[in-house]
Amino acid sequence: MIALIDYKAGNLTSVRKAFATLGADLYDPASPRDLDRAKAIVVPGVGHFAATGALDGEWMGSIRAHVTAGRPLLGICLGLQWLFDGSDEAPEFPGLGLLHGTCYRLHGHGGLKVPHVGWNSLSIRRESPIVRGIASGSQVYFTHSFVAPVTDDTVAVTEHGEPFAAIVERGNVAGVQFHPEKSGDVGLQILRNFIDAV
Amino acid sequence: MLSKRIIACLDVRSGQVVKGVNFEGLRSAGDPAALARRYNREGIDELVILDITATLEARRALKDTIHAVAQELFIPLAVGGGIHTEADAAAAVEAGADKVSVNTAALTDPSLITKLAQRYGSQAVIVAIDAKKSGDKFAVYARSGKTAADRDAVEWAREAEARGAGEILLTSIDRDGTKSGFDCEMTAAVSRAVSIPVIASGGAGTLDHFVDVFTTGRADAALAASIFHYAETSVRHLKEHLRQQGIPVRL
Repeated sequence: MIALIDYKAGNLTSVRKAFATLGADLYDPASPRDLDRAKAIVVPGVGHFAATGALDGEWMGSIRAHVTAGRPLLGICLGLQWLFDGSDEAPEFPGLGLLHGTCYRLHGHGGLKVPHVGWNSLSIRRESPIVRGIASGSQVYFTHSFVAPVTDDTVAVTEHGEPFAAIVERGNVAGVQFHPEKSGDVGLQILRNFIDAV
Repeated sequence: MLSKRIIACLDVRSGQVVKGVNFEGLRSAGDPAALARRYNREGIDELVILDITATLEARRALKDTIHAVAQELFIPLAVGGGIHTEADAAAAVEAGADKVSVNTAALTDPSLITKLAQRYGSQAVIVAIDAKKSGDKFAVYARSGKTAADRDAVEWAREAEARGAGEILLTSIDRDGTKSGFDCEMTAAVSRAVSIPVIASGGAGTLDHFVDVFTTGRADAALAASIFHYAETSVRHLKEHLRQQGIPVRL
């Protein structure tokens, strides 16, 4: 059973559909305690970082305990950013702090538009279970304005006037800045890799 | 580098794909789910389902159409046409749409843009603008091109962005269905004025029309219907051509 945390940051129909297609068993945890039975946790989300404020200290405690117990956690889009210390978008709301660094707004260097919307390529920097079967240069679908910094935890980077973390992984914690549920076969393969680790 | 997107539009009436010329004289182009499958195989980047009649009974058929198309696709799916209220948007989203496109309703009540953006996020809100050249301005029309809205496309696009729109879908009424090329002048004017993506629509007839709209037209994405429906051009063939011309695409 994989817990999909719905904290009302965007519509999760596509995410549910993708996991269902891959045969994964999802459930909606009603409370932080309900995470006890989760073999893995997915934190999705689009929109403003302040939305993560709905996941209060009790949720954060349960999720950290889950990670400490060695079980997988995947953050998608805003969910990836929440894995970090925080974001310039809403400094008053701390992130989970499982990965270090602060998320910031893309600069739009070279006259590029921000938000960054559309298909862009992954440049894979190191091998990792989350990118098994994915060729460097594969394209995935993004829609966001804020990004996480490139650190030692970065598995793949994408360029939009500047490099940013497209896929991160540290132990049993992983995150993707793009939307795997809307990224065709490449996205489904990444979700499959996560499910295989469960 | 961010790819330029190629978007296929399915103009749907009562569960069937149709395509008109200058918004009139419709002819049928087939089953939406079958077309969606074909486009997905060919590498389309995104799909738009446009409900072109949007009567009450057609709306129910539309939900089934959205569901049938969404079931098979793992690329962004937008739905437009007849979305007048938050409830209409909710029905489309529940049926599987990732984005909703509003046009006439946003002109009538611009606060709808903000309400939808707050509920679903800006990335899920497309403001569709139908316009045609009028002197040195671009006059916006409501109700499928029937009623002048007394607004300029550039100024309306700016306002839509400020109110929370995530993308602009800009259709040239003069060019729609004519295959005489996109209105690059209008597209560039709007694209310069906003920082959200602009999807150009109306007039695609040749491969080079797409090259033009991505260069001189400064479009972030281009949308077409008939050029793909009747298999005059495959999506893959178009993208290979664009890549040869130095335009970044997903292949």
